[in-house]
Amino acid sequence: MNFHADHQMLRIAGGVFAGLLVASIAGSILKRTVKSEHGQATVDNMNARVRSWWIMIVIFAFSFMVGPGGSMVLFALISLLALREYVSLIGSVRADHRTLFWSFFVFTPIQYWFWYTGWYGLAVILIPVYAFLFVPTRLVFAHDTTGFLDRAARIHWGLMVCVYCISYAPALLTLNIEGYPKQDAKLLLFLVIVVQMSDVLQYIWGKLLGKRKIAPAISPNKTWEGFLGGVASACALGTGLWWMTPFTPLQALGMSLAITLMGFAGGLTMSAIKRDRGVKDFGEMIEGHGGILDRMDSICFSAPLFFHLTRWFFVAPHPVIKW
Amino acid sequence: MSSQFLARLIAASARLLAGPTVRWIGLQPGRRQRVYFANHTSHLDFVVLWSVLPHEMRRRTRPVAAQDYWSTGLRRRIAVGVFHAVLVERGAKSAPQSSGSTGHLDAARRTLEQLVEALDKRYSLIIFPEGTRGSGEGVAAFKSGIYYLWRQRPDVEFIPVHLSNLNRILPKGEILPVPVISHVVFGPPLQPEANESKESFLAKAHRALEELGRS
Repeated sequence: MNFHADHQMLRIAGGVFAGLLVASIAGSILKRTVKSEHGQATVDNMNARVRSWWIMIVIFAFSFMVGPGGSMVLFALISLLALREYVSLIGSVRADHRTLFWSFFVFTPIQYWFWYTGWYGLAVILIPVYAFLFVPTRLVFAHDTTGFLDRAARIHWGLMVCVYCISYAPALLTLNIEGYPKQDAKLLLFLVIVVQMSDVLQYIWGKLLGKRKIAPAISPNKTWEGFLGGVASACALGTGLWWMTPFTPLQALGMSLAITLMGFAGGLTMSAIKRDRGVKDFGEMIEGHGGILDRMDSICFSAPLFFHLTRWFFVAPHPVIKW
Repeated sequence: MSSQFLARLIAASARLLAGPTVRWIGLQPGRRQRVYFANHTSHLDFVVLWSVLPHEMRRRTRPVAAQDYWSTGLRRRIAVGVFHAVLVERGAKSAPQSSGSTGHLDAARRTLEQLVEALDKRYSLIIFPEGTRGSGEGVAAFKSGIYYLWRQRPDVEFIPVHLSNLNRILPKGEILPVPVISHVVFGPPLQPEANESKESFLAKAHRALEELGRS
């Protein structure tokens, strides 16, 4: 890394730090000024979220400093914890036990190992192809046909969302973009900042102006005002961060739009699952936020698309075998 | 490696694997001497229950475990050295007078003596009054040992603890775990009448545990 890159990194870190500091100060002021019981509950939840953000940022920053391996390990752990929340909520029967063991302790580590070694060809098909064929095959050997297709589909879907999709986030470190240092954490940071700020901004716009519900049957708290305000301001933020990416400002805007829309789709999809299972959150691991999967739902959907868009448009084509 | 360090390590690993959510309903974790009684569905049960207690309480809490399973080699070293388990003869936790054979009766009496002795040394205990591991659906009928223990030391708090999902992590007959999230719910202490009959005490205790499972 040259000095220029380090300088950019400091700006990003400084920006994140300043943003959190403002949120913490605003939270403590609101805590003293808001009187109504409902308002107090909202402020308490907001402050809990900010406290959790501090912890998440520290963990995230620490894994970055370790290097690409650190980010891979961090996201592999996030995948395991997300898969745990998913399986706990979705349910499993006795006959699923060993297939689930494979999912947690074989497919998940191998998926991240392939990305770490830069084996793109296998990393993108391991779960869609090999796990897809393996899961029902292993289930057959458990000799229980009750709800067979349902059980196989649930396990495969969990692997796809919690492992495959999430693994695309650190996979950004493996992209070889011309004129842009490889294994640079900034592309990953760009994704995480835009997607998470989109969530935060949608929450804030929704709290401030939210009136018209956007999907009352799925997520009663999401409103058109929150959605439009959040997406617009997150896209503005993403465009303003073009200097940390290989994109021009206009390209950064397009990418931000893709990221935020997919993130919104991910949030709604996961809400639909939670609603079907009759719960509000996937877990209670992160104070104020719920579970890991509640925090990762938007990344699950946006990371794969962001990865492939970037790869398609910005990575120099691989040499083709000439006959 | 000191047993204190090993104990903390095992407790941390158990919490990592089982990811337990912990709720204390109607009581606080505290220094009071208690008998925790829980439903039994997995070998992980007592380790996880023990691991979610605050460290200071954990040092003062001994699980009651079957001697035949825990009495050999490494298992014994862990059971005695780390968990400080009270090892008792299996099948002996039922009523002293309910069985015809005198051998059984002696075993039951010895078990009761062991438990009372541990209580008199100010230890808390973890017991599984169903006697054996169940399928995870519902709570099986209690053996009567818990009643005789209460009769001997009525001042000790008897705390129902409902464990769920541990049978999904490590079901009977499996050696490899699947780390789903488990739940540990501590309930308010039983409040038996001073002269509560055996049947009614056992029914009360059983109901308390079942209700926790629904909460």
